[in-house]
Amino acid sequence: MLEAARCPNGHYHHPPHPRCPDCGDVPDGRIDLAERTATVVTWTSAFATPPGVREPNSVAIVEFDLDTSDDGTESGSASDGRSNDNSPGANDDGENGAPNEGGTVRAIGGLTTDEVAIGDRVKPVYVEQVRAPGAGIREPESQGWDGYRFEPL
Amino acid sequence: MTVCIIGASMTTFGRRDAWIRELLAEAGGECLDTAGVAPDAIDHLLVSNMASGEFEGQTGVMNALAHDLGLVPAYAQRVDQTSASGGAGIHAAWQSIASGASDMTLLVGGEKMTHRGTPEATDVIASITHPVEYKHGLTLPSFAGLAARQYLHAYDAPRESLARVAVKNHANGVDNPHAQFRKEITIEEAMESPMVADPLRLYDFCPITDGSAALLFCSEEVAKQYTDEYVRVAGIAGATDTHVVHERGDPTTMGGVVESSRRAYERSGYGPEEVDCAELHDMFTILEFLQLEDLGFVEKGRAWEATEDGMTERDGDLPVNTSGGLKSKGHPLGASGVAQVYEIVHQLLGTAGARGVDADVGLACNVGGFGNCVTTTIVEAP
Ligand SMILES: [Zn+2]
Repeated sequence: MLEAARCPNGHYHHPPHPRCPDCGDVPDGRIDLAERTATVVTWTSAFATPPGVREPNSVAIVEFDLDTSDDGTESGSASDGRSNDNSPGANDDGENGAPNEGGTVRAIGGLTTDEVAIGDRVKPVYVEQVRAPGAGIREPESQGWDGYRFEPL
Repeated sequence: MTVCIIGASMTTFGRRDAWIRELLAEAGGECLDTAGVAPDAIDHLLVSNMASGEFEGQTGVMNALAHDLGLVPAYAQRVDQTSASGGAGIHAAWQSIASGASDMTLLVGGEKMTHRGTPEATDVIASITHPVEYKHGLTLPSFAGLAARQYLHAYDAPRESLARVAVKNHANGVDNPHAQFRKEITIEEAMESPMVADPLRLYDFCPITDGSAALLFCSEEVAKQYTDEYVRVAGIAGATDTHVVHERGDPTTMGGVVESSRRAYERSGYGPEEVDCAELHDMFTILEFLQLEDLGFVEKGRAWEATEDGMTERDGDLPVNTSGGLKSKGHPLGASGVAQVYEIVHQLLGTAGARGVDADVGLACNVGGFGNCVTTTIVEAP
């Protein structure tokens, strides 16, 4: 699940924060971005990468448009959300179809290729381990190491 | 109360044999000596440092320095705001004098980094990131690549304009005896250097550096008891932006720069048009463009043209990074914000030697993370 939090005032954020960065309210909904498509905002390929990171490491900031229905997939993604821990908000999104009006939410992640340009459409692809835990400075147990990379459509 | 700076010092920046304790003591001791201030006059000691524990396994550096310089029982505190620790230390020093809590405050910033290889040092710095960034291998250089690509795309700027920043700052560094690199480079060399974070190449990045710098703060009344050669802190403010970089509306705008400078201008009574010289946080060439715009020196999207037109050259309308900047002087994290103001002090006092420009008002912008926390300091000649 590529999770974004929704607060009672309709703000969406990935990653979720304990309080909404826009208004300070406690988020009460979650949506899954994994089944949606996004647009590349910007990207880079990094060399001389730190321990545990592939080289070169191509990464992108992408933007999900929550308004566009990717041929109905967001109802599917919301029901995926239901099977996780969670929250009535995710189900609401499923019922409503479009989760908010004109909203967007951005995410960052690796790219499956460096053959990409600003404005390209991409989809998230699940990867069990995006970086080797324990190779770098961060305590391996302190965070997850699976995630989504973005693949051009 | 008007807060003044009556002493400034810095060590040679570069690859040093000294460890963090020795680097801090070198700059701190020299600052006291040149200002003619006795150790027992120091009420507060502040040490700007990001990661001595992670780099070297030495924590509690403020206590080590208080003892090593004979400052005990002075109040001592370490200030961490990642790459902006130096600016944050200036903010804390200003508060300590302005509040009346201290009559004389010594600020020493420093970092010891070069004993780690580039991948490990990069990882220590990347540990500031959010877990969703860290796991994808995001580093500060890769954030710079993301912002640079978007900037060049959005404003139709040529890649060579970024190389101009590196060429200018290297040329300035030639005249700085404390700089890590004292060597001119050409646009061609910069454009052909190895790719680091596409579209940015090796010469778009500052090096990994050991070094330390120090400043001595007091009220104007106290300053006059010691010297006529002092400067005033006209205005200072700090601000933050999002921790997670992609959650910003526009990655080519640094909200912390906009907000901290707005308040610093307001407190000082000066606007960008009255600033005579500036030290900007050119950890990456693209950051000099973003700060020129977000500090209000040029309109959004125009910094690349202003740079190509020579505005920021030593003989331009607004000399930027006469010290050589982080690019050529080097970037020992906790020292950099302090060393920026060291340069401004010497410019305002007319003691910058071959680097000297005509300046009564100077500005320093110290950026932590990829704009996560920023301090803007405006200094004036009395
Ligand atoms: Zn909200």
